[in-house]
Amino acid sequence: MSTKDKVIAIIAEQAVLDPAEVTPSSTLEDLGIDSLGLVESIFSIEEEFDISVPFNANDPQSSDFDISTVASIIAGIERLQKEQG
Amino acid sequence: MKRVVITGAGTINALGHDVKSTMAAMQAGTCGIGALELRDVERLSIQIGGQVRGFEAEGRYNRQQMSLYDRFTQFTLAAAKEAIDQSGLSFSGDLAAKSGVVLGTAGGGVSTWDDNYRSVYEDGKNRVHPFVVPKLMNNAAASHVSMEHNLKGPSFTVSTACASSNHAMAQAFSMVRSGMSPAMITGGSESMLCFGGVKAWEGLRVMSRDACRPFSANRNGMVQGEGAGVFVFEEYEHARARGADMLCEVSGFAMSSDASDIVMPSKSGAARAMAGALADAGINRDEVGYINAHGTGTAANDKTECAAVADVFGPHADKLMISSTKSMHGHLIGGTGAVELLACIMALRNGVIAPTIGYEEPDPECALDVVPNEARKAKVKVALSNAFAFGGMNAVLALRAI
Repeated sequence: MSTKDKVIAIIAEQAVLDPAEVTPSSTLEDLGIDSLGLVESIFSIEEEFDISVPFNANDPQSSDFDISTVASIIAGIERLQKEQG
Repeated sequence: MKRVVITGAGTINALGHDVKSTMAAMQAGTCGIGALELRDVERLSIQIGGQVRGFEAEGRYNRQQMSLYDRFTQFTLAAAKEAIDQSGLSFSGDLAAKSGVVLGTAGGGVSTWDDNYRSVYEDGKNRVHPFVVPKLMNNAAASHVSMEHNLKGPSFTVSTACASSNHAMAQAFSMVRSGMSPAMITGGSESMLCFGGVKAWEGLRVMSRDACRPFSANRNGMVQGEGAGVFVFEEYEHARARGADMLCEVSGFAMSSDASDIVMPSKSGAARAMAGALADAGINRDEVGYINAHGTGTAANDKTECAAVADVFGPHADKLMISSTKSMHGHLIGGTGAVELLACIMALRNGVIAPTIGYEEPDPECALDVVPNEARKAKVKVALSNAFAFGGMNAVLALRAI
């Protein structure tokens, strides 16, 4: 599975949707993922890719990891894999 | 209904090993939060906390006691001794039969769980010490206080996460007010600053890596603390008859449940608890001079709490003072309301309002007088102490100067 497919699988599971319903341009809000769901998704991403994601739920926007869309999450993971690999 | 007064107080926390040093540190705006010293700290992403330092169990407790006292019990016993010594009460006969201990803790013997899981999972041992269960159980601290001081009345432990000690003190208050008990030992303690305890909190992504800055626009999360606060709640006539020094009156309380979310706070749940405490105590909202806030330093709590205060107090919200001493001693989780009650006693008895330290930037969503950075002298007749727990369980105490 590509990084994109893995991320979509994680997000789809969290949103209780079929992976086909999750696209790179989907936002977590569109998919109905709340703050707890977001923290769980980030945990799943860290476990799947063996990376550490900088994220503080008190201020999600200030973290150096863009969670605005599925595509930005994929890009963030690829960057962290290079940095932490 | 009987009146209830506090005739003894004891504590141990990151600011001090007794009430006097803790209040002096609160008045000075001292920060007790620093680098954590614990096993495997380098594997934690959160490495700060309000740790109790220089508290050596060796010398305080003998070998037999040490095998039974988790750190949260050690803290409790030290604080309970200070409180009971100050009250001047000694428990025997009918007084002993009716007086009990109600304490709060969220985790109980967390470091005992941690140490023994390490031993069986990491070190591969197949045997643990025979007293692991009586050492880690949540009621261990209350039980040891009862044994140490001969308290034979109603005794139990309350566990409602971050509101545990406020819920506990509410129960003790009810028992004295109803006439069930002439005196109750109450408060709470917590000792979660071990690898597993911090790791669990870290997972939730709500912890700050640098400081606890309640109400400040740049706040970025909570910081854990540890310690205990213990009080003697006594029936007013009983205290008066023996000429006891009364620190303040406990005049009412209320509890509420948000019934909404397991971690996100609710404005209406918090507001119902504050309004309920005022109603229970027969206090007019204009009389409240100080609120010791729950004030965790998270984005969600602080704005919700301020909105709830504004709802309950209306225009008076801009006149009262509200501060969070968690900025100094950290969040003691199940013991936090007990240590924070000391800030209320200091306000009512000494006319000193503990500050919210680490305050750097006003937040329009927390636009109240949060007593930033420096303690203030003020005459206060009524104070509230807020505690709002994960799980949406809230408990607020109302106190009056005496």
